[in-house]
Amino acid sequence: MRRPSTHFFGLLLLALLMMLIIGPGPARADSSHKILIADPFIELHTGPGRGYPVFHVIERGREVTIVKRRTDWFELRTDRGVQGWAPREQMIATLEPTGEPLDLQEPARENYMSRRWQAGVAGGDFSGASMISMFGGYAFSDNLSIELTLNHIIGEFSNGYSATLGLMHVFVPEWRISPYFTLGTGWIHTEPKSTLVQSIDRDDQIGYVGGGLQFYLTRRFMLRSEYRKDVIFTSRDDNEEVDEWKYLGFAFFF
Amino acid sequence: MEVSRLRLLFLIALAATTLPGCALFRRGAPAGTEPVAEAGAPVQQATPAPVTGEPSTAPVIDPQVERREIKHTRIDTEDFEVGAYVGILSIEDFESNVVYGARLAYHLTEDFFLEATVGQSRAGRTSYENLSGSADLLTDSERDYTYYALSAGWNALPGEIFLGKNRAYNTAFYFVAGIGNTTFAGDDRFTVNGGFGYRILPADWIAVHFDVRDNVYDIDLLGEKKIVNNLEAHLGLSIFF
Repeated sequence: MRRPSTHFFGLLLLALLMMLIIGPGPARADSSHKILIADPFIELHTGPGRGYPVFHVIERGREVTIVKRRTDWFELRTDRGVQGWAPREQMIATLEPTGEPLDLQEPARENYMSRRWQAGVAGGDFSGASMISMFGGYAFSDNLSIELTLNHIIGEFSNGYSATLGLMHVFVPEWRISPYFTLGTGWIHTEPKSTLVQSIDRDDQIGYVGGGLQFYLTRRFMLRSEYRKDVIFTSRDDNEEVDEWKYLGFAFFF
Repeated sequence: MEVSRLRLLFLIALAATTLPGCALFRRGAPAGTEPVAEAGAPVQQATPAPVTGEPSTAPVIDPQVERREIKHTRIDTEDFEVGAYVGILSIEDFESNVVYGARLAYHLTEDFFLEATVGQSRAGRTSYENLSGSADLLTDSERDYTYYALSAGWNALPGEIFLGKNRAYNTAFYFVAGIGNTTFAGDDRFTVNGGFGYRILPADWIAVHFDVRDNVYDIDLLGEKKIVNNLEAHLGLSIFF
Protein backbone atom coordinates (compact mmCIF):
# COMPACT_ATOMS: atom_id res chain seq x y z
CA MET A 1 0.00 0.00 0.00
CA ARG A 2 1.13 3.54 -0.64
CA ARG A 3 2.47 5.62 2.20
CA PRO A 4 2.98 9.32 2.42
CA SER A 5 6.61 9.78 1.61
CA THR A 6 9.13 11.47 3.82
CA HIS A 7 9.35 14.21 1.22
CA PHE A 8 5.70 14.96 1.68
CA PHE A 9 6.12 15.40 5.41
CA GLY A 10 9.27 17.39 4.91
CA LEU A 11 7.46 19.77 2.60
CA LEU A 12 4.56 20.01 5.03
CA LEU A 13 6.90 20.98 7.84
CA LEU A 14 8.68 23.47 5.63
CA ALA A 15 5.37 25.06 4.64
CA LEU A 16 4.37 25.32 8.28
CA LEU A 17 7.66 26.91 9.22
CA MET A 18 7.21 29.39 6.39
CA MET A 19 3.78 30.19 7.73
CA LEU A 20 5.26 30.76 11.16
CA ILE A 21 7.84 33.13 9.79
CA ILE A 22 5.71 35.16 7.43
CA GLY A 23 2.49 34.43 9.30
CA PRO A 24 0.07 36.89 10.77
CA GLY A 25 2.14 39.01 13.07
CA PRO A 26 0.55 41.33 15.60
CA ALA A 27 -2.82 42.70 14.54
CA ARG A 28 -2.68 44.85 11.44
CA ALA A 29 -3.76 48.44 11.89
CA ASP A 30 -6.06 48.63 8.85
CA SER A 31 -8.37 45.88 10.09
CA SER A 32 -9.38 47.82 13.18
CA HIS A 33 -13.01 47.63 14.16
CA LYS A 34 -14.07 50.39 16.53
CA ILE A 35 -17.02 50.06 18.88
CA LEU A 36 -18.62 52.08 21.67
CA ILE A 37 -19.12 50.68 25.15
CA ALA A 38 -22.82 50.75 26.09
CA ASP A 39 -22.73 48.77 29.31
CA PRO A 40 -21.99 50.83 32.43
CA PHE A 41 -18.51 49.33 32.20
CA ILE A 42 -16.59 46.45 30.63
CA GLU A 43 -13.97 44.45 32.47
CA LEU A 44 -10.79 43.47 30.69
CA HIS A 45 -9.25 40.13 31.60
CA THR A 46 -5.61 39.25 31.02
CA GLY A 47 -6.58 36.20 28.94
CA PRO A 48 -9.48 34.70 26.99
CA GLY A 49 -11.01 32.78 29.88
CA ARG A 50 -13.22 33.38 32.91
CA GLY A 51 -10.41 32.64 35.35
CA TYR A 52 -7.96 35.22 34.08
CA PRO A 53 -7.85 38.23 36.40
CA VAL A 54 -9.55 41.53 35.60
CA PHE A 55 -6.91 44.23 35.30
CA HIS A 56 -8.72 47.14 33.66
CA VAL A 57 -12.20 48.64 33.38
CA ILE A 58 -13.56 50.63 30.45
CA GLU A 59 -16.47 52.96 31.14
CA ARG A 60 -19.62 53.53 29.13
CA GLY A 61 -19.24 55.79 26.11
CA ARG A 62 -15.58 55.04 25.51
CA GLU A 63 -14.49 53.93 22.09
CA VAL A 64 -12.37 50.77 21.82
CA THR A 65 -10.92 48.71 19.00
CA ILE A 66 -11.67 45.01 18.60
CA VAL A 67 -8.32 43.39 17.94
CA LYS A 68 -9.50 39.80 17.54
CA ARG A 69 -11.88 37.20 18.75
CA ARG A 70 -11.12 33.77 20.20
CA THR A 71 -14.08 31.49 21.00
CA ASP A 72 -16.39 33.68 23.12
CA TRP A 73 -13.78 36.26 24.05
CA PHE A 74 -12.88 39.52 22.35
CA GLU A 75 -9.52 41.21 22.62
CA LEU A 76 -10.05 44.95 22.97
CA ARG A 77 -7.64 47.87 22.81
CA THR A 78 -8.45 51.22 24.35
CA ASP A 79 -7.29 54.58 22.96
CA ARG A 80 -4.64 54.54 25.69
CA GLY A 81 -3.21 51.29 24.36
CA VAL A 82 -4.47 49.01 27.13
CA GLN A 83 -5.20 45.59 25.66
CA GLY A 84 -7.29 42.85 27.26
CA TRP A 85 -10.05 40.30 26.81
CA ALA A 86 -13.79 40.78 27.35
CA PRO A 87 -16.46 38.06 27.26
CA ARG A 88 -19.22 37.89 24.68
CA GLU A 89 -21.97 38.59 27.22
CA GLN A 90 -20.52 42.06 27.75
CA MET A 91 -19.95 42.64 24.05
CA ILE A 92 -23.65 42.21 23.23
CA ALA A 93 -24.35 45.61 24.79
CA THR A 94 -21.72 47.42 22.73
CA LEU A 95 -22.51 49.65 19.78
CA GLU A 96 -21.10 50.33 16.36
CA PRO A 97 -19.90 53.94 15.92
CA THR A 98 -23.18 54.53 14.03
CA GLY A 99 -25.12 53.72 17.18
CA GLU A 100 -26.38 50.36 15.97
CA PRO A 101 -25.83 47.37 18.21
CA LEU A 102 -22.79 45.31 17.32
CA ASP A 103 -23.85 42.33 15.23
CA LEU A 104 -21.89 39.31 16.41
CA GLN A 105 -23.56 37.01 13.87
CA GLU A 106 -23.73 34.23 16.33
CA PRO A 107 -24.95 30.94 14.86
CA ALA A 108 -27.06 30.26 17.91
CA ARG A 109 -30.10 28.06 18.19
CA GLU A 110 -32.38 30.88 17.02
CA ASN A 111 -30.70 31.01 13.62
CA TYR A 112 -29.80 27.33 13.67
CA MET A 113 -32.34 26.85 10.90
CA SER A 114 -30.55 29.22 8.59
CA ARG A 115 -27.27 27.33 8.71
CA ARG A 116 -26.12 25.96 5.40
CA TRP A 117 -22.78 24.18 5.81
CA GLN A 118 -22.03 21.45 8.26
CA ALA A 119 -18.93 19.32 8.91
CA GLY A 120 -17.82 16.81 11.45
CA VAL A 121 -16.10 13.61 12.44
CA ALA A 122 -17.37 10.34 13.85
CA GLY A 123 -16.16 6.99 15.07
CA GLY A 124 -17.94 3.72 14.57
CA ASP A 125 -18.12 0.19 13.38
CA PHE A 126 -18.24 -1.18 9.85
CA SER A 127 -19.21 -4.85 9.93
CA GLY A 128 -16.93 -5.56 12.87
CA ALA A 129 -14.12 -3.30 11.72
CA SER A 130 -13.30 0.05 13.32
CA MET A 131 -14.28 3.05 11.30
CA ILE A 132 -13.21 6.68 11.34
CA SER A 133 -15.51 8.96 9.44
CA MET A 134 -15.42 12.55 8.23
CA PHE A 135 -18.43 14.25 6.74
CA GLY A 136 -19.48 17.56 5.28
CA GLY A 137 -22.82 18.70 4.02
CA TYR A 138 -24.70 21.54 2.42
CA ALA A 139 -28.37 22.21 3.17
CA PHE A 140 -30.59 23.38 0.32
CA SER A 141 -33.53 23.84 2.63
CA ASP A 142 -34.33 23.49 6.31
CA ASN A 143 -34.94 19.78 5.88
CA LEU A 144 -32.90 18.56 2.97
CA SER A 145 -29.15 18.51 2.57
CA ILE A 146 -26.52 16.78 0.48
CA GLU A 147 -23.69 15.12 2.34
CA LEU A 148 -20.27 13.75 1.48
CA THR A 149 -18.78 11.15 3.82
CA LEU A 150 -15.26 9.74 3.82
CA ASN A 151 -14.61 6.60 5.88
CA HIS A 152 -11.42 4.89 6.86
CA ILE A 153 -12.19 1.27 7.74
CA ILE A 154 -9.59 -0.57 9.79
CA GLY A 155 -10.39 -4.22 10.32
CA GLU A 156 -8.79 -7.42 11.40
CA PHE A 157 -8.94 -9.05 7.97
CA SER A 158 -9.08 -6.10 5.63
CA ASN A 159 -8.72 -2.36 5.53
CA GLY A 160 -10.53 0.01 3.28
CA TYR A 161 -11.72 3.43 2.35
CA SER A 162 -15.12 4.53 1.25
CA ALA A 163 -16.53 7.76 -0.09
CA THR A 164 -20.26 8.28 -0.31
CA LEU A 165 -22.54 11.05 -1.47
CA GLY A 166 -26.12 11.12 -0.33
CA LEU A 167 -29.19 13.05 0.62
CA MET A 168 -30.12 13.64 4.20
CA HIS A 169 -33.60 14.59 5.30
CA VAL A 170 -34.11 16.00 8.79
CA PHE A 171 -37.77 15.51 9.68
CA VAL A 172 -38.23 18.27 12.25
CA PRO A 173 -35.10 20.43 12.21
CA GLU A 174 -36.32 22.71 15.00
CA TRP A 175 -36.28 19.89 17.55
CA ARG A 176 -33.27 19.72 19.80
CA ILE A 177 -32.99 15.96 19.24
CA SER A 178 -33.91 15.50 15.65
CA PRO A 179 -34.17 12.25 13.65
CA TYR A 180 -33.10 12.09 10.04
CA PHE A 181 -33.19 9.76 7.09
CA THR A 182 -30.35 9.31 4.62
CA LEU A 183 -29.94 7.64 1.25
CA GLY A 184 -27.02 7.61 -1.14
CA THR A 185 -24.36 5.90 -3.10
CA GLY A 186 -20.60 5.81 -3.31
CA TRP A 187 -17.49 3.80 -3.74
CA ILE A 188 -15.56 1.45 -1.49
CA HIS A 189 -11.99 0.25 -1.77
CA THR A 190 -11.01 -2.86 0.17
CA GLU A 191 -7.51 -4.14 0.88
CA PRO A 192 -7.34 -7.62 2.39
CA LYS A 193 -4.54 -7.97 4.93
CA SER A 194 -1.19 -9.10 3.70
CA THR A 195 -0.97 -11.82 6.35
CA LEU A 196 -3.84 -13.64 4.67
CA VAL A 197 -3.80 -15.45 1.37
CA GLN A 198 -2.96 -12.95 -1.31
CA SER A 199 -6.08 -11.59 -2.86
CA ILE A 200 -6.51 -8.62 -5.09
CA ASP A 201 -7.70 -5.22 -3.93
CA ARG A 202 -11.29 -4.56 -4.71
CA ASP A 203 -13.10 -1.44 -5.84
CA ASP A 204 -16.86 -1.67 -5.66
CA GLN A 205 -19.86 0.54 -5.81
CA ILE A 206 -21.82 0.91 -2.62
CA GLY A 207 -25.39 1.98 -1.92
CA TYR A 208 -26.86 2.82 1.45
CA VAL A 209 -29.99 3.66 3.33
CA GLY A 210 -29.95 4.76 6.90
CA GLY A 211 -31.13 6.95 9.68
CA GLY A 212 -29.81 8.79 12.66
CA LEU A 213 -30.24 11.35 15.35
CA GLN A 214 -28.69 14.75 15.65
CA PHE A 215 -28.54 16.40 19.02
CA TYR A 216 -28.06 20.15 19.14
CA LEU A 217 -25.53 20.95 21.87
CA THR A 218 -24.91 24.68 21.98
CA ARG A 219 -23.88 27.56 19.74
CA ARG A 220 -22.81 25.86 16.51
CA PHE A 221 -22.20 22.34 17.74
CA MET A 222 -24.08 19.09 17.67
CA LEU A 223 -23.64 15.40 18.29
CA ARG A 224 -24.72 12.78 15.83
CA SER A 225 -25.34 9.08 15.84
CA GLU A 226 -26.15 7.15 12.70
CA TYR A 227 -26.90 3.71 11.33
CA ARG A 228 -26.58 2.73 7.68
CA LYS A 229 -27.43 -0.45 5.85
CA ASP A 230 -24.85 -0.70 3.08
CA VAL A 231 -25.11 -2.83 0.01
CA ILE A 232 -21.79 -3.48 -1.71
CA PHE A 233 -22.29 -4.28 -5.38
CA THR A 234 -19.48 -6.80 -5.68
CA SER A 235 -18.22 -8.37 -8.88
CA ARG A 236 -19.18 -11.73 -7.45
CA ASP A 237 -22.57 -13.40 -7.78
CA ASP A 238 -23.93 -12.07 -4.51
CA ASN A 239 -24.03 -8.55 -3.22
CA GLU A 240 -22.71 -7.99 0.25
CA GLU A 241 -24.84 -6.39 2.94
CA VAL A 242 -23.06 -4.54 5.71
CA ASP A 243 -24.19 -2.84 8.91
CA GLU A 244 -22.45 0.49 9.41
CA TRP A 245 -22.70 2.28 12.75
CA LYS A 246 -21.45 5.72 13.56
CA TYR A 247 -21.70 5.49 17.31
CA LEU A 248 -20.81 9.05 18.08
CA GLY A 249 -20.05 11.96 15.84
CA PHE A 250 -19.38 15.58 16.47
CA ALA A 251 -20.49 18.19 13.97
CA PHE A 252 -20.50 21.94 13.71
CA PHE A 253 -22.26 24.18 11.25
CA PHE A 254 -21.03 27.42 9.76
CA MET B 1 -63.88 126.12 26.86
CA GLU B 2 -63.36 125.76 30.52
CA VAL B 3 -63.19 122.04 30.24
CA SER B 4 -60.65 122.03 27.38
CA ARG B 5 -58.33 124.38 29.22
CA LEU B 6 -58.44 122.14 32.23
CA ARG B 7 -57.82 119.10 30.04
CA LEU B 8 -54.82 120.81 28.41
CA LEU B 9 -53.41 121.67 31.80
CA PHE B 10 -53.81 118.05 32.90
CA LEU B 11 -52.12 116.75 29.79
CA ILE B 12 -49.19 119.15 30.22
CA ALA B 13 -48.82 118.12 33.84
CA LEU B 14 -48.92 114.45 32.80
CA ALA B 15 -46.34 114.98 30.07
CA ALA B 16 -44.10 116.92 32.42
CA THR B 17 -44.13 114.13 35.00
CA THR B 18 -43.81 111.11 32.67
CA LEU B 19 -41.44 112.26 29.93
CA PRO B 20 -38.43 112.98 32.19
CA GLY B 21 -39.15 109.56 33.73
CA CYS B 22 -38.37 107.86 30.38
CA ALA B 23 -34.92 109.35 30.49
CA LEU B 24 -34.50 108.17 34.04
CA PHE B 25 -35.11 104.52 33.03
CA ARG B 26 -32.35 104.58 30.43
CA ARG B 27 -29.81 106.28 32.66
CA GLY B 28 -28.01 103.12 33.84
CA ALA B 29 -27.60 101.48 30.38
CA PRO B 30 -24.17 101.73 28.67
CA ALA B 31 -23.95 103.96 25.64
CA GLY B 32 -22.97 101.19 23.16
CA THR B 33 -26.01 99.00 23.71
CA GLU B 34 -28.56 101.31 22.22
CA PRO B 35 -31.42 99.31 20.66
CA VAL B 36 -30.69 101.18 17.45
CA ALA B 37 -27.67 98.94 16.89
CA GLU B 38 -29.97 95.93 16.54
CA ALA B 39 -32.10 97.51 13.87
CA GLY B 40 -30.11 95.69 11.20
CA ALA B 41 -31.01 92.19 12.55
CA PRO B 42 -33.11 89.97 10.29
CA VAL B 43 -36.76 90.76 10.29
CA GLN B 44 -37.94 87.16 10.64
CA GLN B 45 -36.27 86.90 13.97
CA ALA B 46 -38.38 89.64 15.40
CA THR B 47 -41.69 88.68 13.82
CA PRO B 48 -43.15 85.38 15.04
CA ALA B 49 -43.89 82.62 12.45
CA PRO B 50 -47.40 82.86 11.06
CA VAL B 51 -49.80 80.49 12.75
CA THR B 52 -51.47 79.59 9.48
CA GLY B 53 -50.18 79.09 5.93
CA GLU B 54 -47.01 77.34 4.71
CA PRO B 55 -44.74 76.14 7.55
CA SER B 56 -41.21 77.46 7.47
CA THR B 57 -38.80 75.04 5.74
CA ALA B 58 -35.79 76.49 7.54
CA PRO B 59 -34.34 73.80 9.96
CA VAL B 60 -34.84 74.48 13.61
CA ILE B 61 -31.27 73.37 14.38
CA ASP B 62 -28.51 73.11 11.84
CA PRO B 63 -26.29 70.30 13.24
CA GLN B 64 -22.61 70.72 12.61
CA VAL B 65 -21.73 66.98 12.87
CA GLU B 66 -18.98 65.38 10.87
CA ARG B 67 -20.22 62.27 9.07
CA ARG B 68 -17.86 59.45 9.86
CA GLU B 69 -16.81 56.91 7.28
CA ILE B 70 -17.83 53.56 8.76
CA LYS B 71 -16.17 50.48 7.39
CA HIS B 72 -17.80 47.31 8.66
CA THR B 73 -14.67 45.25 8.96
CA ARG B 74 -15.11 41.65 9.96
CA ILE B 75 -13.89 40.75 13.40
CA ASP B 76 -10.70 38.74 13.13
CA THR B 77 -11.79 35.42 14.62
CA GLU B 78 -8.86 33.25 15.59
CA ASP B 79 -10.28 29.90 16.62
CA PHE B 80 -7.99 27.74 14.50
CA GLU B 81 -4.46 26.82 15.37
CA VAL B 82 -1.96 25.26 12.99
CA GLY B 83 1.50 24.08 13.87
CA ALA B 84 4.25 21.54 13.70
CA TYR B 85 6.02 19.46 16.29
CA VAL B 86 9.13 17.38 16.83
CA GLY B 87 9.68 14.81 19.54
CA ILE B 88 10.46 11.28 20.51
CA LEU B 89 8.25 8.27 19.90
CA SER B 90 8.90 5.00 21.64
CA ILE B 91 7.61 2.21 19.41
CA GLU B 92 7.14 -0.85 21.58
CA ASP B 93 9.76 -3.51 20.71
CA PHE B 94 11.21 -1.25 18.01
CA GLU B 95 13.31 1.34 19.85
CA SER B 96 12.62 5.03 20.19
CA ASN B 97 12.95 7.44 17.36
CA VAL B 98 12.39 10.98 16.31
CA VAL B 99 8.79 11.78 15.44
CA TYR B 100 7.62 14.87 13.65
CA GLY B 101 4.21 15.96 12.65
CA ALA B 102 1.66 18.65 12.01
CA ARG B 103 -1.27 19.71 14.07
CA LEU B 104 -4.53 21.53 13.33
CA ALA B 105 -6.79 22.52 16.20
CA TYR B 106 -10.12 24.24 16.40
CA HIS B 107 -11.07 25.91 19.65
CA LEU B 108 -14.77 25.40 20.28
CA THR B 109 -15.00 27.23 23.58
CA GLU B 110 -12.52 28.48 26.12
CA ASP B 111 -12.62 24.98 27.63
CA PHE B 112 -12.74 22.55 24.71
CA PHE B 113 -10.97 22.07 21.41
CA LEU B 114 -10.75 19.57 18.59
CA GLU B 115 -7.44 18.49 17.21
CA ALA B 116 -6.24 16.67 14.12
CA THR B 117 -2.64 15.47 14.02
CA VAL B 118 -0.55 13.66 11.45
CA GLY B 119 2.88 12.38 12.30
CA GLN B 120 5.69 10.25 11.05
CA SER B 121 8.49 8.28 12.60
CA ARG B 122 10.58 5.25 11.84
CA ALA B 123 10.98 2.01 13.74
CA GLY B 124 14.36 0.65 14.72
CA ARG B 125 15.34 -2.98 15.27
CA THR B 126 14.03 -5.25 17.98
CA SER B 127 16.37 -6.84 20.48
CA TYR B 128 15.44 -10.20 18.97
CA GLU B 129 16.61 -9.11 15.53
CA ASN B 130 19.88 -7.85 16.96
CA LEU B 131 20.61 -10.93 19.05
CA SER B 132 19.54 -13.73 16.72
CA GLY B 133 21.16 -12.28 13.64
CA SER B 134 18.54 -14.05 11.59
CA ALA B 135 16.03 -12.63 9.16
CA ASP B 136 14.49 -9.28 9.98
CA LEU B 137 10.92 -9.13 11.18
CA LEU B 138 10.11 -6.17 8.98
CA THR B 139 11.27 -4.97 5.63
CA ASP B 140 12.71 -1.51 5.28
CA SER B 141 9.50 0.12 4.07
CA GLU B 142 7.49 -1.63 6.78
CA ARG B 143 9.53 0.24 9.39
CA ASP B 144 7.94 3.52 8.35
CA TYR B 145 5.53 4.62 11.02
CA THR B 146 2.83 7.14 10.13
CA TYR B 147 -0.28 8.05 12.03
CA TYR B 148 -3.18 10.41 12.13
CA ALA B 149 -5.47 11.17 15.03
CA LEU B 150 -8.69 13.06 15.62
CA SER B 151 -8.91 14.10 19.23
CA ALA B 152 -10.85 16.25 21.62
CA GLY B 153 -9.12 18.32 24.24
CA TRP B 154 -10.06 19.96 27.50
CA ASN B 155 -8.19 22.94 28.90
CA ALA B 156 -8.31 21.68 32.46
CA LEU B 157 -5.97 24.17 34.11
CA PRO B 158 -5.76 27.52 32.35
CA GLY B 159 -3.46 30.03 33.96
CA GLU B 160 -0.53 32.33 33.70
CA ILE B 161 3.18 32.00 34.24
CA PHE B 162 5.32 34.88 35.39
CA LEU B 163 8.79 35.51 34.10
CA GLY B 164 10.44 38.07 36.31
CA LYS B 165 8.53 41.11 37.45
CA ASN B 166 7.07 42.44 34.24
CA ARG B 167 6.15 39.48 32.08
CA ALA B 168 3.13 37.21 32.31
CA TYR B 169 2.18 34.64 29.69
CA ASN B 170 -1.09 32.79 29.33
CA THR B 171 -0.86 29.05 29.63
CA ALA B 172 -3.08 25.99 29.77
CA PHE B 173 -2.62 22.45 30.93
CA TYR B 174 -4.91 20.24 28.90
CA PHE B 175 -6.02 16.66 28.46
CA VAL B 176 -6.48 15.10 25.03
CA ALA B 177 -8.06 11.85 23.89
CA GLY B 178 -9.07 10.57 20.51
CA ILE B 179 -9.09 7.96 17.81
CA GLY B 180 -7.03 7.52 14.70
CA ASN B 181 -4.98 5.21 12.61
CA THR B 182 -1.39 4.05 12.67
CA THR B 183 0.24 2.61 9.58
CA PHE B 184 3.10 0.44 10.71
CA ALA B 185 4.54 -2.98 9.80
CA GLY B 186 2.62 -3.03 6.55
CA ASP B 187 -0.81 -2.54 8.02
CA ASP B 188 -3.33 0.04 9.18
CA ARG B 189 -4.11 -0.16 12.87
CA PHE B 190 -7.00 1.50 14.62
CA THR B 191 -5.39 3.55 17.35
CA VAL B 192 -6.70 5.12 20.50
CA ASN B 193 -4.64 7.97 21.87
CA GLY B 194 -4.70 9.86 25.11
CA GLY B 195 -2.46 12.22 26.96
CA PHE B 196 -1.86 15.66 28.25
CA GLY B 197 -0.10 18.80 27.19
CA TYR B 198 0.98 22.23 28.28
CA ARG B 199 0.59 25.32 26.14
CA ILE B 200 2.30 28.67 26.63
CA LEU B 201 1.36 31.71 24.57
CA PRO B 202 4.31 34.11 24.20
CA ALA B 203 1.92 36.40 22.29
CA ASP B 204 -1.81 36.09 21.66
CA TRP B 205 -1.27 34.59 18.18
CA ILE B 206 1.47 32.05 18.83
CA ALA B 207 1.69 29.05 21.15
CA VAL B 208 4.44 26.70 22.30
CA HIS B 209 3.23 23.19 23.16
CA PHE B 210 4.68 20.36 25.13
CA ASP B 211 2.68 17.17 24.69
CA VAL B 212 2.79 13.62 26.02
CA ARG B 213 0.65 10.98 24.32
CA ASP B 214 0.10 7.30 24.55
CA ASN B 215 -0.87 5.60 21.30
CA VAL B 216 -2.52 2.24 21.87
CA TYR B 217 -3.29 -0.39 19.25
CA ASP B 218 -3.42 -4.16 18.69
CA ILE B 219 -0.67 -5.89 16.77
CA ASP B 220 -0.17 -9.57 15.86
CA LEU B 221 3.27 -9.31 14.34
CA LEU B 222 4.69 -12.29 16.18
CA GLY B 223 1.67 -14.48 15.66
CA GLU B 224 -0.10 -13.56 18.85
CA LYS B 225 -2.24 -10.49 19.20
CA LYS B 226 -1.12 -8.05 21.83
CA ILE B 227 -1.78 -4.49 22.88
CA VAL B 228 1.09 -2.07 22.47
CA ASN B 229 1.56 1.34 24.07
CA ASN B 230 3.66 3.74 22.09
CA LEU B 231 4.56 6.71 24.22
CA GLU B 232 5.29 9.97 22.53
CA ALA B 233 6.61 13.28 23.83
CA HIS B 234 6.92 16.27 21.58
CA LEU B 235 7.51 19.98 21.49
CA GLY B 236 5.57 22.08 19.04
CA LEU B 237 4.96 25.57 17.81
CA SER B 238 1.67 26.78 16.44
CA ILE B 239 -0.05 29.94 15.31
CA PHE B 240 -3.66 31.02 15.67
CA PHE B 241 -5.58 32.14 12.63
